[in-house]
Amino acid sequence: MNADFFQGYKGEALELLKKYNVRVWGQAEIDTTRGQFKGTVLPRSENDDNKHIVVKVITGYNIGVDVSTITKMKETGYKKANYAIPEKEFPTTPNLPNVKLFGTGGTIASRLDYRTGAVIPAFSPGELYGAVPELADICNLNTEKVFAVFSENMGPSQYMALAKAIGKEIEKGIDGIVIGHGTDTLHHTAAALTFMVQNSPVPIVLVGSQRSSDRPSSDAALNLMHAMNAAGNGDIAEVMICMFGPTSDDYGLLHKGTRVRKMHSSYRSTFRTIGDTPLAMVNRYSVTPIKKDYKPRRKDKNVQILPFFETKVAMLYYWPGIQPDALDSLIDSGYKGIIIIGTGLGHVNKELYPAIERAKEKGVMLFMTLQTLWGYVNMFVYDTGRDLMAKGIIPLGNMLPEVAWVKLGWVMGQTTDPEKVKEMMLTPINDEITEREPYNGYIVLQGGVPEVEEFIKKVRK
Amino acid sequence: MKKFDAIQNYENTKKAIGYVSRKVATQNDYDRIGFMSGLEVHQQILTKNKLFCRCPAGVFSKNNEFDAEIIRHMRPTLSELGEYDGTALMEFRTKKEITYRISNKNTCTYDIDDTPPFPINREALENALQISLLCKFNIVGEVHITRKQYLDGSIPAGFQRTAILGVEGEIPLKNKKVRLIQLSIEEDSCREISDIGHKRVYKTDRLGMPLIETVTYPDMVNPNEVKEACDYIRFLNRSTDKVRTGQGAGRQDVNVSCKGGTRIEIKGVSHTKWIPELTHVEAFRQWALLSIKQELNKRISNTKNWKINYEYLDFDMFEITYEPIKVAKDNQYKLVAINLPEFKGILSHFTQPTKMFADEISDRLKVIACIEKPNMVHTEDFVSIISEIDLEIIVPMLRAGNNDAQIIFWGPEDDIKTAIEVVEERCKMAFVGVPEETRKSFFDGSTIFERVLPGADRMYPDTDSAPIPLENEYIESLSKKLPVEIVDRFAQLKKWQIPEDTFTYLLKNNLVPLIEKIVNELKFNPRFIGVFLGQKLKYVEGHYRASVEFENTSIFNLFKFIKEENLNKNIAEIMLPIIYQNPKMQLNSVLHDLKFKKRTKDEIIAPIAFLQNKFDEIGKNKPKEAQINWVMGELRKQALGNIDLNELRKIILNS
Repeated sequence: MNADFFQGYKGEALELLKKYNVRVWGQAEIDTTRGQFKGTVLPRSENDDNKHIVVKVITGYNIGVDVSTITKMKETGYKKANYAIPEKEFPTTPNLPNVKLFGTGGTIASRLDYRTGAVIPAFSPGELYGAVPELADICNLNTEKVFAVFSENMGPSQYMALAKAIGKEIEKGIDGIVIGHGTDTLHHTAAALTFMVQNSPVPIVLVGSQRSSDRPSSDAALNLMHAMNAAGNGDIAEVMICMFGPTSDDYGLLHKGTRVRKMHSSYRSTFRTIGDTPLAMVNRYSVTPIKKDYKPRRKDKNVQILPFFETKVAMLYYWPGIQPDALDSLIDSGYKGIIIIGTGLGHVNKELYPAIERAKEKGVMLFMTLQTLWGYVNMFVYDTGRDLMAKGIIPLGNMLPEVAWVKLGWVMGQTTDPEKVKEMMLTPINDEITEREPYNGYIVLQGGVPEVEEFIKKVRK
Repeated sequence: MKKFDAIQNYENTKKAIGYVSRKVATQNDYDRIGFMSGLEVHQQILTKNKLFCRCPAGVFSKNNEFDAEIIRHMRPTLSELGEYDGTALMEFRTKKEITYRISNKNTCTYDIDDTPPFPINREALENALQISLLCKFNIVGEVHITRKQYLDGSIPAGFQRTAILGVEGEIPLKNKKVRLIQLSIEEDSCREISDIGHKRVYKTDRLGMPLIETVTYPDMVNPNEVKEACDYIRFLNRSTDKVRTGQGAGRQDVNVSCKGGTRIEIKGVSHTKWIPELTHVEAFRQWALLSIKQELNKRISNTKNWKINYEYLDFDMFEITYEPIKVAKDNQYKLVAINLPEFKGILSHFTQPTKMFADEISDRLKVIACIEKPNMVHTEDFVSIISEIDLEIIVPMLRAGNNDAQIIFWGPEDDIKTAIEVVEERCKMAFVGVPEETRKSFFDGSTIFERVLPGADRMYPDTDSAPIPLENEYIESLSKKLPVEIVDRFAQLKKWQIPEDTFTYLLKNNLVPLIEKIVNELKFNPRFIGVFLGQKLKYVEGHYRASVEFENTSIFNLFKFIKEENLNKNIAEIMLPIIYQNPKMQLNSVLHDLKFKKRTKDEIIAPIAFLQNKFDEIGKNKPKEAQINWVMGELRKQALGNIDLNELRKIILNS
């Protein structure tokens, strides 16, 4: 029999299925020392053990049968499940904007994968329309699967491929671009695209979902609607992340690609703009700017695509008592630039000094960002900071650590001249370093006891 | 046009289908309509924490006690086998905005589905497995957590995490065995605070508490049997002492069908005593719907082409006296008249003792179109709202025929489209028979439409949790710790000659082990202890407020004290109310409070002659019996704890 008949089974379980001629998707009667079990044999997730056979019983529940208890099995029927989101042709409406959706993987629209037991993306416009028919009221949609990788597997080569694909769409005159993306590294990609796609005439909106779209309470559908609206109808022509504002099904926020960070491992409202206010609020019907000085939509096609990346750049998260070898090993491995994430205003301990000096000698460029995330690097306040600057560490203002890493890779992909690199790092493309931090941008709400409690109670966060 | 007599029609149709009240119904009646019923018995498991998070279980909040509110809208998703579930699609049509009121003391980010599940609560799993073993289920080799979709919002994730522990079990009833389909462990749902229009509000205190569901085959053939089976399962659950008691801790869904009908699930029945009437009424409702089906198919040759037609009405066309329509006008609702061809006599067709077919339509307008009741009037209301004059306007508008019936409903403009669809859908279902539904119960035995009945299509594997293996050694070790089976408990109670009317109370409260302990260790008569608990304790429970510290050992200690102090056991009944309220009180102090004095038999019987003379003075010409009772009454207090009352009576009689 074909191996496909035993999807995911191995070892004892596989032997037993073969012995009794029972296939995956076969209806089986299984006699065991614990009594009889009846149902459809399901594929087994590859990471699960080889001691159980998974069966869907008539009531729709799944159970596992311990192979060591099985005395006999018999296949009585066979019916393979056809798991497909119902496809309906996505309608075209004359006066609606044309939006291109790039798929990269992630959970924005997904279905079950037996191989891993996890969810895999489903994607065609037809599938999306089947799942979220409201999209057709917002825009005309075209989709393209650029690649299908989980968020954690997105990296420099994907950034560059995306940038080029976006360039082509803008050339063709698209009204807006949406990128479906896993949420874990959404903000890395957003930063990369900010640098690689400059002067875009149309909105470029990255969107994901925190709670997978195979659950009725998923944020996927609403996020998708918000993103499509921001891309098709919104006036802000920047690279943005569009995700839930509050954790309630209410409105989304548009965050500047260089100022945003995932701040909770599973919350729906995980993305927060750091050190500034978000760009805008968005719902299905409107985009309401919070910041007034955004880059507006234009009619031209004068976009600049700059797909460069040097992968030999690294990040070093400082810890108290860190030894020089931590930095030395990066230097010895040939890294050309390193983002240090320091404490307080931008500090590391003295023990690291020899390694820092060595880096300078070897021409490895070091930059300073902050573990506090909020606030500016200021290396003049304390002696340590002055020492470090003297040793060649360049402070990066209020640039977020991940953004700094992305930018350094992008810059060093273009030049290795230290002066040029420094100049480019310190010249903001789109607010990765801001000149000033507004008071209403500092939204760590713990300074508002008990008012914040009242606020949360009344305002549905 | 001669006015249609709806009341007469209702009575006629009730008679025509052969409805009989439960009081007079016999097994023949139930066989005639093919009564069939099964149960889904829910029981909360007693644990410190919730099932998939570490929030405390059993910590409740008042409706207005909350720290935050979260809003969700639910969307249907595909099942594992690639199908949408009917209930899910129905719920999506209702376009509900769901608000959760969250109290930090009992709810965390897991409950709201903002955090993935933590590993399953092993204590809950173990308790549930013990109950599975007691029900003789085939225990699974590996527990797979499954997501069961609920789009009504009762679970914020939109699905309940649930898992099967065993399949194919059985329980013994008096006359038969009832087969069990499965037992699952699952998270409890939210409690509804309100559901008005498109807004539904829940609180999350109960959400996530561990619960088991025992599902039977539809083996019960009359209403009393359903109650018997339900009681048995509840007693069995209680016999482990590992389940929660109190309001809402145990509740059941009752499945009922009649011959040619379909499985209808009556949800959330919290008292087993309501089951007989509910199942009786439901079986006959289905029987009535089948009679409607037959009648309609006789009248209409091609039901596929049957269609309603409707017209918007102008409020100003009528003289409105009916208050709800006045309110509708003030709210700027739309008013719609619908013609139902060939439905004359159907709207007022009997369905339940307090309901007619038209109510089935009104229920769905409320649930699916979210139009609050009263939401419609029709041409067969018992008290006509639509007057003859109104009809003269409406009938020509709708081009209605003589055999047609008309409905007028009202509601917000946005809901009208769904409402019209709902009316047509429900009427079309009448051609087919009994639509698959879950129904909400009322204590008078009636039910109303709640949701479309969900099927196996709403199940989906939980991709957030790994399967949990159950090794043979583990199951065997659990098998050794099981309590005595309920069927054996019944036999034991009978052998002890304890009266049957106390069984329910004794088993419900799992008191048999206590009787056993008192009898074995203190050598009291089992019948006496059984009656004492089944009657005296039950009385005290109903009339006094228990201290939280009162427990079974308080009763054991009472009898131990009586034995050690060499008191007569009849003192127990007057000591019990005090102990019930103050279990920590010294038992000597209880006696002191009761002004108890230890007396010999001679001391007690000494005043008998004097009392008899006294009675003869004041109660002249009364029978001997009255004299004995009076003397007994005078001596009773001194006698309790000192002498058996029957013995005392004999002495008085012979004095």
